[in-house]
Amino acid sequence: MLYKETLHKLIELTDKKEVTPKEIYDSLLKRIKQKDGKINAYVSVFEEFAPNDKTGILRNIPITIKDNMHIKGKKTTCSSKILENYTAVFDATVIEKLKSEGGVFIGKTNLDEFAMGSSTETSYFGTTHNPWDLTKIPGGSSGGSAAAVASGEAICALGSDTGGSIRQPAALCGVVGLKPTYGRVSRYGLVAFASSLDQIGPITKDVEDAAILMNIISGKDPKDSTSADVAVDDFTKYLNTDISGMKIGVYDKVLQDCSSDVAKSMEESVDIFKRLGCELESVDLPNSKYAVSDYYIIAPAEASSNLERYDGVKYGFRADNYENLKDMYIKTRSQGFGTEVKRRIMLGTYVLSSGYYDAYYLKAQKLRGLIKQDFDKAFERFDVIIAPTTPTEAFGIGEKANNPLQMYLSDIFTIPASLAAIPAISIPNGISKNSLPLGLQIMANVFREDNIFKCASAFEKEFNIIKNLPLD
Amino acid sequence: MINEDDIRKIAALAMLEIEQDDIGKFTQQFGEILDYMKEIDNLDLSDQEAAFHITKMSNVFREDKTEKSLDNETALLNAPEGMEGAFKVPRVI
Repeated sequence: MLYKETLHKLIELTDKKEVTPKEIYDSLLKRIKQKDGKINAYVSVFEEFAPNDKTGILRNIPITIKDNMHIKGKKTTCSSKILENYTAVFDATVIEKLKSEGGVFIGKTNLDEFAMGSSTETSYFGTTHNPWDLTKIPGGSSGGSAAAVASGEAICALGSDTGGSIRQPAALCGVVGLKPTYGRVSRYGLVAFASSLDQIGPITKDVEDAAILMNIISGKDPKDSTSADVAVDDFTKYLNTDISGMKIGVYDKVLQDCSSDVAKSMEESVDIFKRLGCELESVDLPNSKYAVSDYYIIAPAEASSNLERYDGVKYGFRADNYENLKDMYIKTRSQGFGTEVKRRIMLGTYVLSSGYYDAYYLKAQKLRGLIKQDFDKAFERFDVIIAPTTPTEAFGIGEKANNPLQMYLSDIFTIPASLAAIPAISIPNGISKNSLPLGLQIMANVFREDNIFKCASAFEKEFNIIKNLPLD
Repeated sequence: MINEDDIRKIAALAMLEIEQDDIGKFTQQFGEILDYMKEIDNLDLSDQEAAFHITKMSNVFREDKTEKSLDNETALLNAPEGMEGAFKVPRVI
C-alpha cells in the first residue's frame, strides 16, 4: 500500500528504515499493472528499478514525468506519432536536478499531443481516463500525470502548463498542481509548445509535496535564457503558517459562468479563508474575459514556429512514398501530426501571415499587456487572488472532442495567470453532486510563490480530499 | 468568413495537407474560432504597447567560450536517414 503515500511521508518512512526505495518502486509497479489498463495514464513504464547513488532529499523515491520532458536514454513521444520512436539524448534540467537529489523515475505519462488540449483526448496513444469516473476526461494536457497521482499510479509527478495544463487536470483529478512564475523553472529539455508561456511544475497529492519538488526544480539555468536569476527559497518554510490578516482578492465575477457545484465550493472556500482570519474582497480583472481569444492567438503563433522543426530530417517520423523534398515535408507533417496540432499550427500561421498580423497577433500582444496590468493593479491591494480552477467538473470523454472552441473555453480561468506570467496553484476545494473533485485556484504576483504556499497549506488543513482519492 | 480555399492556402504555408474528406468540418471549426476572436476587435488598444516580452527581460548573454555540445554520432541517433555523419534528404538538384 506504499503507492498511496505522499512523497514527504515516504521520505520519513525511508529515513526510519521502515521501507526501502525498492519496495516503494515495486508497490507502484504493481499498482500500475493493476490499474493502467483502464486509466491509460502512462505512455511508458520503466520496469527495472535503477538505483541512484546520489544522496539527497528524494532518497530514490520514484518520480513520474510527463512525456514531453527528456530523460536521457528514454523515449520522449509528446504523445505524437511524429516522435513515437524518439529517444532522448540528454536530460532536461529538471531531470538533472531531480537526479542530483537522489531521484529515480518510474515512467512517462500521457498528454494531449504536444500538450495541445484540455482533455488528453488528442494523444496518439489513446485517451487517459479520469480515475474518479472512467467515463470522464482527466483534464489536460498533463492528464496522465494528474490521473497517475490521483489513482496511486504515481507518488508525485511533473507536468507542464502553457494555458492551464497542470492546474486544470489537477483540479479535475482532485490533486494539487502548481504552475510556477514564468522563469522560475528551466524549460531546457521540455519540448517547446508556446515558449512565452510554457512552465514546468509539480502535480502532487498535497501541498507539502509540491513545495519539496519546487525546492528542487527551481532556479536560474544558463541553458534557458528565460529562466530568472531569482534566489530559490525554501518553500517548505511557508507551510503551516498563520495566514490571518492576509489580503485575498476574490475574482467572483466569473461565478456566473460556473456550474452551481463550482459556485457553491467557491462560497465555502471564501468562508474557510474568513475563518482563518483573512481579509477578503471582490476584485475584477476586466480584461481577463478576453483571455481565451488572446491565448488562442499567441500560443498557436508560437507553436507554428516551434513545430517547424518536425520535418522528417533531423529526428522523428518520416513518411514514405514522396516525390521530392517538399513533398516529403508535407507528407511527414500531415501524417505525423494529429488534427488538433494541425489546427493550432494553422491558426498560428494564419494570425502571423501578412495582412492578418496587425489584426490578430499585434493586437493580442497589446491585450496581453492589459491583462497583465490588471493583475499588477490587483496585487497592489491583495496578497493573492482566488478563483475556481475550472467552470465545471470533469466533462465526459468525447463530449467536446468535436467542438474545439468549447474545448478551448474550458481553460477560461487558468489562461489569465499564464498570460500574466504569474504563479498559480490548484488545490481541491470540493466534490460535486456527481462525486467528482473541484479545484480552487490561488494566484500570486510574480515570484510570490511564498504567498501561494502559505494560503494553500492553511486551506488544505481546513479542507482536503486526500482520503477520498480513488486509491483503493 | 474563411472558406475551404483559404484553409488550403494556410495549410500549404504550414507545410500541411488537410484530407479532402475533412476539409469541410475543419473549415467550419476554424471559422467558429476566428468568429469568437472577433470580441477583441472592439477593444481600443491604440495607446497600448505590445507585451512581446511579458517578464521584461532583455539581453541575456553568456561568456563567449566554447562548451561541449552533442557529438555528431549522438546528433544522428534519431535521424530517419543518415549517411557518412550527415542527415540524408531527398535529392534537391
